[in-house]
Amino acid sequence: MQIELNGKPHALSEGADLAQLIAALDLRGKAVAVAVNRQVVPSQLWAGRLLAEADRVDVVRAIGGG
Amino acid sequence: MNMNDTSALAADPGLTIAGKTYASRLLVGSGKYKDLEETRLATEASGADIITVAIRRVNIGQDPNTPSLLDVVPPSRYTILPNTAGCYNAADAVYTLQLARELLGGRNLVKLEVLGDEKTLFPNMPETLKAAETLVKDGFDVMVYCSDDPIQARMLEDLGVVAVMPLASLIGSGMGILNPWNLSLIIEQSKIPVLVDAGVGTASDAAIAMELGCDGVLMNTAIAGARDPIRMARAMKLAVEAGREAFLAGRVARRFAASPSSPMAGRVA
Repeated sequence: MQIELNGKPHALSEGADLAQLIAALDLRGKAVAVAVNRQVVPSQLWAGRLLAEADRVDVVRAIGGG
Repeated sequence: MNMNDTSALAADPGLTIAGKTYASRLLVGSGKYKDLEETRLATEASGADIITVAIRRVNIGQDPNTPSLLDVVPPSRYTILPNTAGCYNAADAVYTLQLARELLGGRNLVKLEVLGDEKTLFPNMPETLKAAETLVKDGFDVMVYCSDDPIQARMLEDLGVVAVMPLASLIGSGMGILNPWNLSLIIEQSKIPVLVDAGVGTASDAAIAMELGCDGVLMNTAIAGARDPIRMARAMKLAVEAGREAFLAGRVARRFAASPSSPMAGRVA
């Protein structure tokens, strides 16, 4: 299936959850926050939060800024 | 603060925001540095306790093991203040800070800025007020970048924000304190901390802000854009301390007449 990840199309296997997506991106244990369709999903709920076709996922981090 | 030879003076108790007291009244941004090491060194030299950061999408495909900002300004040592830089409406700003709160383990202290346009980066106050109201209701402690309009500042205070942060001049302009009179009006009326956010160009600007009675100063470009950012960070630390001490000491009145500093009596002439 196809989701939108950080504004770009991203292919994902059917039935994948957020924890699997984060692991596939090598971001497990990193300082990131995640939202699905603009709803923040706390990290402890990533496992079991199933993704669906056309879901919009944002993965963010802190960078330098004023 | 080093009080070696002035131990009889009461130390400045520091800056209290949302019930927590910070020793330094200088808040610094973490943008525009040439690399993370310069960020680390300048942040240390500034003596700041509160560091602003931006929240941005991860670059998918980039090596996830490259060092990150939070490695050099660790939340264990600094209070990380996430901002909403780049947001032009209330909804985007609220969403950004909801992500930031999750990212920072539930910490509620945030910097709200909703911009009006790219040319001036002036705050869009109607959207700022709307976002502030939503965030306060959602339990955030909101420090707000705002215009130097005392009426808007009071509206923000009435909504329950924890600090108002009027611009002294345009973000990144280095033009200094352009309207000290408006700042004074805001300082005089506010029961919450007032910080100058944006516009400081050099140390004297920071000192002037503090002499006016500001509770603190937030800056980024003035340090990161200086020829020697680490040295300028130290200059800003000293300027904020000097300005605060001068404010507490109470300056002499301006008068349009000379007044000799040496006694007239006993002179040989």
